[in-house]
Amino acid sequence: MQASSSVREYLVTGGKTVGDVSEDICRQVEGKPTTLWIVSFAISAVVLAFGFYCGCYLLWNGVGVWGLNKTVGWAWDITNFVWWVGIGHAGTLISAILLLFRQRWRMSINRAAEAMTIFAVICAASFPLMHMGRLWLGFYWCLPLPNTWGSLWVNFNSPLLWDVFAISTYFSVSLVFWYIGLIPDFAVIRDRAVRMGNKTRAWIYNSLSFGWDGGAKTWMRYESVALILAGLSTPLVLSVHTIVSMDFATSVIPGWHTTIFPPYFVSGAIFSGFAMVLTLLLVTRKTFKLEDYITIYHIELMNIVIIVTGSIVGIAYITEFFIAWYGQVPAEQYAFLNRMGGPYWWAYWCMMTCNVVSPQLFWFKKIRTSLSATFVLSIIVNIGMWFERFVIIVTSLHRDYLPSSWSMFHPTIFDIGEYLFTFGFFFCAFLLFAKFFPVINMAEVKSIIKATSEKKH
Amino acid sequence: MEHNKNYVVGIFSDEDVLLDAVGSIRDKGVKIEEVYSPFPVHGLDEALGYRRTRLPIAAFMFGLTGTCLALFTQIWMLGYDWPMIIGGKNHASLPPFIPVTFEFTVLLASWGMAITFIIVSDMKPYKWPRQFDNRSTDDKHVMAIDLATNKLSKQELAQLLKDNGATEVNEKNF
Repeated sequence: MQASSSVREYLVTGGKTVGDVSEDICRQVEGKPTTLWIVSFAISAVVLAFGFYCGCYLLWNGVGVWGLNKTVGWAWDITNFVWWVGIGHAGTLISAILLLFRQRWRMSINRAAEAMTIFAVICAASFPLMHMGRLWLGFYWCLPLPNTWGSLWVNFNSPLLWDVFAISTYFSVSLVFWYIGLIPDFAVIRDRAVRMGNKTRAWIYNSLSFGWDGGAKTWMRYESVALILAGLSTPLVLSVHTIVSMDFATSVIPGWHTTIFPPYFVSGAIFSGFAMVLTLLLVTRKTFKLEDYITIYHIELMNIVIIVTGSIVGIAYITEFFIAWYGQVPAEQYAFLNRMGGPYWWAYWCMMTCNVVSPQLFWFKKIRTSLSATFVLSIIVNIGMWFERFVIIVTSLHRDYLPSSWSMFHPTIFDIGEYLFTFGFFFCAFLLFAKFFPVINMAEVKSIIKATSEKKH
Repeated sequence: MEHNKNYVVGIFSDEDVLLDAVGSIRDKGVKIEEVYSPFPVHGLDEALGYRRTRLPIAAFMFGLTGTCLALFTQIWMLGYDWPMIIGGKNHASLPPFIPVTFEFTVLLASWGMAITFIIVSDMKPYKWPRQFDNRSTDDKHVMAIDLATNKLSKQELAQLLKDNGATEVNEKNF
């Protein structure tokens, strides 16, 4: 039995019935793509093509085409890697952690957020792969495969190897979770196609749905699988960014060598992820006319998550400085003073403004319920989070122990091209997803219609 | 699949009416073949008297396999097959092996359980499900009762379904 609350706001507005949910969500899958969709896809494809050219150029000529030098051996590549992985975290948080907490508001946003996770993780993985230079040997460097050097195995003591396992597990588990959720919704499209007499579509979506029947027994198993996957994904998502942070934290580079990194990175990841979910959903909601399913209330709740995680990130920045002063290690102190007032001061203050100051605006109800303000701030937060990783990585490296080797990092067109490649891929993939897959989890939304839908008066 | 089976099919529009109906129809001693719904209805599995799924046990076993396999592989590779001194630590020290062990446990548990789910539910990409009414993926709950396994006649079953709130009663032969 479901009870409705008079205190909480409606999660579905406009007096929708169960039947309306199928109709509203399947419409864009069944219809022809809009001009806006075609234009967006074309632009993304062009960006992707340019990025692909840059990637091929890099593989042919080597990593030297990037702007890296002897002092700054890690720069945009790892910055982008951490940035994309972080973005992915919101999807799992919404689909797994909020499921365990029985938060119903996640139901209309989890599908798109999970898709975002999967595409973002693919984008992230492309950077370490490219950085290997000789990609075709990468399997031997990343996986414990028998080889002709011994077998000389991979080093399981290295956080970089943990990262390989963390990212690939994260990707594949997110993919399973997402796909299992899609199965009943593919069956909805299949049966609508049968009723419309569209045999090809019915056949395609039946294959995608694995012949889903929707019996009570199948649903019972399905729910059990979803719950266990959520239980497994929750520690997984926390472990992923923890391990990413250990790439830095287990080293002895001043500025990286801090124990605060794991929680700081995880909250930063959720912070940037929610910002990206908002950017994408605000556009999706408008384009596909999903205002009744992704309501202002959903957006407000997401903005509250942004205030919380943004404040945690802000405290982490201050704690780092405090510990640098309190620890009395000159190298550490210098690294932090250099961050704030050195040649990269502009990146540091950009990060502080975007990540610490701007999300505080969401304390005002007017701002966190305003679509345009949310859209602008969500982009600002993601710019800020990119700079956070840039600041941590480049400012810690560029002035090392020998002043004679101090240098600066200047990105080349290929650094920029690789970054564009991931944007092109991300938006192409997301647009294809939004066109051919149901962007909202219909089965879950239908299950809460009776309790949380606004009644027609 | 058996042939020439006759079913009485009750269509319900509301999940709470359906739940009550399942309870009272089963109380009459009628055996319900299956109920098909567009979304998971909580309490329906208990009302139908289904035994709890053992998929969590499968997940646990897969997870355990992952843990053992990952630990064994790492200890064997770095401890015995090609020992190396890294950072002056023991060849096979446990703490650095935990992250990979954890990831591998989660990987096997998730994939193992998902594949088991597909197999035990007899789901295949090329298979069409047996559907009593395909509105069951849209907005209707469909209850199928096999005539062969019940003593009541077709008319009596139809009346029973109607009395319990079915909005429509149909027949279906396979």
